[in-house]
Amino acid sequence: MDFESPAGIAEALTGVGYLPDHRISQVVFLAAQLGKPVLVEGPAGVGKTELAKSVAKVTGRDLIRLQCYEGLDEAKALYEWNYKKQLLRIQADVDHDWDEISHDIFSEDFLLERPLLEAIRADEPVVLLIDEVDRVEVETEALLLEILSDFQVSIPELGTMSAHSQPLVFLTSNNTRELSEALKRRCLFLHIDYPDPERETEILSARVPGLSDHLAEQVAKVARSIRSLDLKKSPSVSETIDWARTLIALSVEDVDEEILGDTLHVLLKYQTDIEKAAKELTNTPAS
Amino acid sequence: MVGVITGFIDELREAGVPVSMVETIDAMQAVEAVDVGERVALRETLRATLVKNQRHERAFDTAFDIYFSTVPPPPSQPDETEDPLSPDDLPQSLPADRDFDQPEFSLDQLLESLLEALAGLDSDAMRRGAREAVEQLAGMEPGRPVGGTYYLYRTLRRLDLAELEAQLIEAMIGDQDLTDFERRLLEEDVQARLEALREEIQEEIRRRLVADRGREAVARTLRRPLVEDVDLMHATSNELADMEAAIGPLTRKLAARLARRRKRRTGRLDFRRTVRRSLATGGVPADPQFRHPRPHRPEVWLLCDISGSMATFSRFTLQFTHAMSTHFSKLRSFAFVDTVDEVTDFFGPGIDFGSAVGRITTEAEVVWLDGHSDYGNSLETFYARYGSQLTPRTTVLITGDARNNYRPPRDAVLDDVAKAARAVIWLNPEPHTYWDTGDSTMSHYAKHCTSVHEVRTLRQLEEFVENLTLPAGIGSQKG
Repeated sequence: MDFESPAGIAEALTGVGYLPDHRISQVVFLAAQLGKPVLVEGPAGVGKTELAKSVAKVTGRDLIRLQCYEGLDEAKALYEWNYKKQLLRIQADVDHDWDEISHDIFSEDFLLERPLLEAIRADEPVVLLIDEVDRVEVETEALLLEILSDFQVSIPELGTMSAHSQPLVFLTSNNTRELSEALKRRCLFLHIDYPDPERETEILSARVPGLSDHLAEQVAKVARSIRSLDLKKSPSVSETIDWARTLIALSVEDVDEEILGDTLHVLLKYQTDIEKAAKELTNTPAS
Repeated sequence: MVGVITGFIDELREAGVPVSMVETIDAMQAVEAVDVGERVALRETLRATLVKNQRHERAFDTAFDIYFSTVPPPPSQPDETEDPLSPDDLPQSLPADRDFDQPEFSLDQLLESLLEALAGLDSDAMRRGAREAVEQLAGMEPGRPVGGTYYLYRTLRRLDLAELEAQLIEAMIGDQDLTDFERRLLEEDVQARLEALREEIQEEIRRRLVADRGREAVARTLRRPLVEDVDLMHATSNELADMEAAIGPLTRKLAARLARRRKRRTGRLDFRRTVRRSLATGGVPADPQFRHPRPHRPEVWLLCDISGSMATFSRFTLQFTHAMSTHFSKLRSFAFVDTVDEVTDFFGPGIDFGSAVGRITTEAEVVWLDGHSDYGNSLETFYARYGSQLTPRTTVLITGDARNNYRPPRDAVLDDVAKAARAVIWLNPEPHTYWDTGDSTMSHYAKHCTSVHEVRTLRQLEEFVENLTLPAGIGSQKG
């Protein structure tokens, strides 16, 4: 796929089952044009990670994924020295001059590549997905800055490793905490919200084989209706897809109150939410 | 183009959106890569490069409407659009509703075409309808320095949206027989369509205002404070909803600040890192590495004034604290007006926040005498009843304006609380300059607190969280 125009990107992504809106295709286009990372933010389950995967799929690039979590450090994100191998090297070579050995054990042979280094050292350009970046501590965020702005990693013993090829970088965030200004400044910002019913209908039709247009539209409208309630956790797109699959498995052709009441637990994951939605939408207590 | 974009960026900054130099350059580069004739493409390009926070998107949208609104009128009615904006028309000579007298305009016809456009989801027809509605109904007077809201209200009143909604629902139901449930879905659909129409009208009004008075002037009238600058005591329900969405990220940070301790080597030996580190000393483990100790989960007690004057703010602080309940080993909340009651159980897991707040006001025993704030009695009751359970790891957060209705402050008890607890922090939603005026007794209480903060806006709350430092935890002595 080329990145000639946003429309071309939209079409290609649609081809692999990801339906972007104007905003998404425009930002992906810019990311490719300007060579900047994209920070994708939005509620859980609106397809943030899926976007990176789909872009990898349409471009035929490898996807390298770094899942962030509290306590992630550079040894797991960037690189680590293979100390076992280094120890062996030292012990195997007792006769040699120490200077020579010390020079030797800090060479690329003893370097373990972690996802970030791997992404910029790949021969072919890749898609790098840094998932849930809001989970790492503010201090760890700084690890990402060098790679995001210059696509390089500085290793004290070796010098600066710069990119062989420029990766397309996606960072996702559920916005559980505010990311640092420094990180945001280096990225293009893309906020993905729940899709409007028209787009969600399309997504459902693309994702759920055998779903009639009528049912897809109903599912999308029910989803909007439930999302307008004040809930602990609104149904995500993946949950509406699950729900549509459930409806097909039950060979439902038309959603009514009874069916909705019986299958609400597919859409909602908290008992209080289920009760509330049941009360609002079906006027009956949840089963 | 460069001029328009720099003007636009200036406006964003004026509105409070932080736009850095780097981002400006990015925006310029990005704009070069897109077709500026396409409005949506231009908007999304500027948005992606300039706005890095979802809370600022509304300010962005408003500014964008103003700065990039020059859409040529459709060829079908070019002179009509020109007419009311022509500089030759003097405002005084124009009766506002002049256009209604013109024979060719009929409100019924307009409504009919709008109805058709809405039912058929025909966005072009809707835009034409919105344009005509503004043209005929808003009665815009050139040169008048009002914001768009006035004209919007005027147009919508003439259109009678409620009636339009009823008709649209009727038209869409047709002769189908709908259950309540289906009807509800349909009504929501109709409301979404009318909302789209409303936005279309608003955009049209802004377009005309800009043509009339220039971008800067309109931008100035339409500027609204950002979510983080809205006064918490006087926020509208819409603004509150925005704030609630914004507090999630903050809670994590505050929890982290409260838990912060000096780094100590108390964890277990980290064998992997020790061996790794020993390479630097030729394989001798001279520098043992330890696993990080588990983060300390602090105990927080929230003491919250829920009297009338504080209603909005206390709702907000309660929500804020309970949003972070997962980060604390123990979170207890107390509400008071002129006496105090524990309300922790109202916020158990899985309880709907809105109804919990409702229950506090009806069920908790917070009124003892007359329902006017009495900080002295509340604090004394609080210490007498719960003081023995305070420990050196408890942080007490008090939120209130310290307006004591001219009752004695009886602040000595707060000193006892402060001695028993790790820290007492007071958040006051009033501007600092109002403290100690009238019946405010802030300084009496302030001298016993670890720290006192003015928290009037979300931004100040953020700053408070950012700069929070507490005396060292367990076992520390307080002076």
